[in-house]
Amino acid sequence: MKHRYLPMTEEDKKAMLETIGVNSVDQLFSDIPEKVRFKGEYNIKAAKSETTLMKELFQMASRNADLKTNASFLGAGVYDHYMPVIVDHVISRSEFYTAYTPYQPEISQGELQAIFEFQTMICELTGMDVANSSMYDGGTALAEAAMLSAGHTKRKKIIVSGAVHPESREVLKTYAKGQYLEVIEVPVNDGITDTQALKGLANEEIAAVIVQYPNFFGRIEPLKELEEIVHANKSLFVVSSNPLSLGVLTPPGKFGADIVIGDAQPFGIPTAFGGPHCGYFAVTTKLMRKVPGRLVGQTTDDQGRRGFVLTLQAREQHIRRDKATSNICSNQALNALAASVAMTALGKKGVREMAAANLQKAHYAKTVFKEAGFQVVYEGHSFNEFVLKLNKPVKEINQALLQKGIIGGYDLGRDYPELANHMLVAVTEQRTKEEIDTLVKEVGDLHA
Amino acid sequence: MHNQDQALIFESSTPGRIGYSLPEMDVPELDLSSLLPEGYLRSEEPELPEVSELDIMRHYTALSRRNHGVDSGFYPLGSCTMKYNPKINENVARFNGFAHVHPLQDESSVQGALELLYDLQQHLIEITGMDEVTLQPAAGAHGEWTGLMMIRAYHEANGDLKRTKVIVPDSAHGTNPASATVAGLETITVKSNEFGLVDLDDLKRVVGEDTAALMLTNPNTLGLFEENIVEMAEIVHAAGGKLYYDGANLNAVLSKARPGDMGFDVVHLNLHKTFTGPHGGGGPGSGPVGVKADLIPYLPKPVITKRGEEFVFDYDRPQSIGRVKPYYGNFGINVRAYTYIRSMGPDGLKAVTEYAVLNANYMMRRLAEYYDLPFDKHCKHEFVLSGRRQKKLGVRTLDIAKRLLDFGYHPPTIYFPLNVEECIMIEPTETESKETLDSFIDIMIQIAKEAEENPEIVQEAPHTTVVGRMDEATAARKPILKYQKA
Repeated sequence: MKHRYLPMTEEDKKAMLETIGVNSVDQLFSDIPEKVRFKGEYNIKAAKSETTLMKELFQMASRNADLKTNASFLGAGVYDHYMPVIVDHVISRSEFYTAYTPYQPEISQGELQAIFEFQTMICELTGMDVANSSMYDGGTALAEAAMLSAGHTKRKKIIVSGAVHPESREVLKTYAKGQYLEVIEVPVNDGITDTQALKGLANEEIAAVIVQYPNFFGRIEPLKELEEIVHANKSLFVVSSNPLSLGVLTPPGKFGADIVIGDAQPFGIPTAFGGPHCGYFAVTTKLMRKVPGRLVGQTTDDQGRRGFVLTLQAREQHIRRDKATSNICSNQALNALAASVAMTALGKKGVREMAAANLQKAHYAKTVFKEAGFQVVYEGHSFNEFVLKLNKPVKEINQALLQKGIIGGYDLGRDYPELANHMLVAVTEQRTKEEIDTLVKEVGDLHA
Repeated sequence: MHNQDQALIFESSTPGRIGYSLPEMDVPELDLSSLLPEGYLRSEEPELPEVSELDIMRHYTALSRRNHGVDSGFYPLGSCTMKYNPKINENVARFNGFAHVHPLQDESSVQGALELLYDLQQHLIEITGMDEVTLQPAAGAHGEWTGLMMIRAYHEANGDLKRTKVIVPDSAHGTNPASATVAGLETITVKSNEFGLVDLDDLKRVVGEDTAALMLTNPNTLGLFEENIVEMAEIVHAAGGKLYYDGANLNAVLSKARPGDMGFDVVHLNLHKTFTGPHGGGGPGSGPVGVKADLIPYLPKPVITKRGEEFVFDYDRPQSIGRVKPYYGNFGINVRAYTYIRSMGPDGLKAVTEYAVLNANYMMRRLAEYYDLPFDKHCKHEFVLSGRRQKKLGVRTLDIAKRLLDFGYHPPTIYFPLNVEECIMIEPTETESKETLDSFIDIMIQIAKEAEENPEIVQEAPHTTVVGRMDEATAARKPILKYQKA
């Protein structure tokens, strides 16, 4: 069998078997008991040549409606954003993508420094003291924040707002089962967390209160009021935040958040049918030694040269084993690198300009919909998403829109029965005025 | 700052420079303060760098040159399966129809993506010998926890509430006990015998009515196949426990032994290892979980399935443990793994394991003369040496690892597993040529000789890297975790 990934020749094999002192490769597997030995070959598809396989998979990919061909108004946690073209050039350098975790700092300074810079940028955006090297995604980062809070406060109840991403809440509930935590949902009123209801639920048994900013409906949660309620009971205040929005929004750190988590997907990471994305995790100094996952720290070498290492590893699973408070043993390094390149390209000015463009274009879309006679529910401020009331099922409208090259918004009825026929519309800086106007016209025609 | 320091991107920042080109603002612009509630418009700008495009490229190119990947040179890092990452995988994952698809689009508009996932599941079912597979877990540790949560749900559904203990060998990776803890279970350790395998008598001693599962890597972290696997499965199953397979070392047994046939009930795979993920400098990975029929009801939801000719998400799973991740897993990594499996085919995957094991045994035999070999028998895809002979000369395993850096090699895994003194764990993988293996062996022999004749050169290594050994103690005692302007 000859294959381009397998360099050994028959001569090599012969010489190596001789060195080992066996006659055949089969003898090396003699320790596998006869009873469980697999005979023959897997019943799977035969190997294909590079050309043929590329063609087949290209056709498979072409059967998906993609965001390059269609104008997307779908968000709900994952967004079509400007990706500086240099991002892909950087992450395609195989010194980065074919490396393992940087456990040998002398030959991993590139990765370690990139992560150190990522940690710094996340701190800058969120207004927090410490950020880790990244998590799987925003949803699992949120669940880990709940676990950290329970461990830190030695309390077993978590309050989560109903305006937090429904899939993140589901993930939270799964993790909570593992840790025997109770999850209590605080209802939503007029598209934001019901502060009166939260006051009723908050007490000294609550480890953390988790809200999202901007929330799942695109609305701006009143972090100032929420913080007072949460900290009155010495619970931890956990804010899940779209980091792009923090280009224009006052960062959660300013409002006294203890943990800020979210997903850096808006910065240079493709939607990729939901993953891999890049969770981030930021805390106050007080919680530094309780952060899950890897942390990169600055130090010097034996000659005084600056360098970076994985640090505070006593927190982690490979040291603490069954005493560990999190089992995560990887990060999303390559995606954190992509996010760093995007944040660097945007820089101080660009991140604000891009966030502002989302705000402006979404506001424009909202206005045009209202002018066309649609009801935008929840009056008031929002970031790059808003809720549109329709007179027929969202699925039906979306199927018709797709015929016109438009990917419509999210069907809120899937998670909120009271919001059947309500569409969550996302408008990023990528959408043109023409595309927005076309959406309003087409939805209008379908609505008639 | 030292004159050899690599500048941080923040230190290269100059106000007024930009590196972006945003889409035109073609809608009327309003005053930002009118679009946000009072007090919520950001007043202080985040200190992000201001750099031109070329200077960004130079910065990251400089960083990449300070990093070692598989494409840079041999990477025999035991238990990590640092094999070649095929470039076709990268091209396919970047097709618009894969990279730029939204997870919440209507099912009818993503049939190609769903077909790929479904077909990948089918391939993994055959490869592992299990009955069903979920692609939702994001990484190996995430898969472990998912599998254990399913086992817990299974026992609880049977009213078997006292089954709270997970048995883990003393050679296991630290994630195994950590995953058990996060799944709300307790860990007990089972000892290894003098041959590096699980001690059957000790297993019989610790197993019982409180056993939820035995977690096992096979071959184990010493690179040895657990020959008594059939008896072990019988012991655990007879006690009412489940068998969990940690797929970290699957590269050793493709087409040779399937976890399902060995008696395992749950298995997780590391698609970034055996199936060429790639590793990405620490992630993203992908950690699918396969199960036998009696655990299917507990799979995370949604489950991807086929109805007639259509691929669909099945959310109607009342006994599911719930969601373990938003959306459907690390799709981009799953696309790469699928591309790899389709590039190899059944005969290719069989050859993968045969060469992985041939290479490891060849290296082991050639090095056995110069380093102690704690377990003298055929290994599978990796083997462990002990540096205790060199330790007596004042040269630690850490020194040997650092000395390898001078020759352009990534060192093997060291000080793991914990049950071998001064452990050196080598995994060559099947994608390396004999010339590469021989060159590495020659250097290992040279270092063994240096330890006898000129130990300082090893003790003070590395000599040729961009930085020397780091002061890790200070890094942990006085943590500097972000850049702060001087």
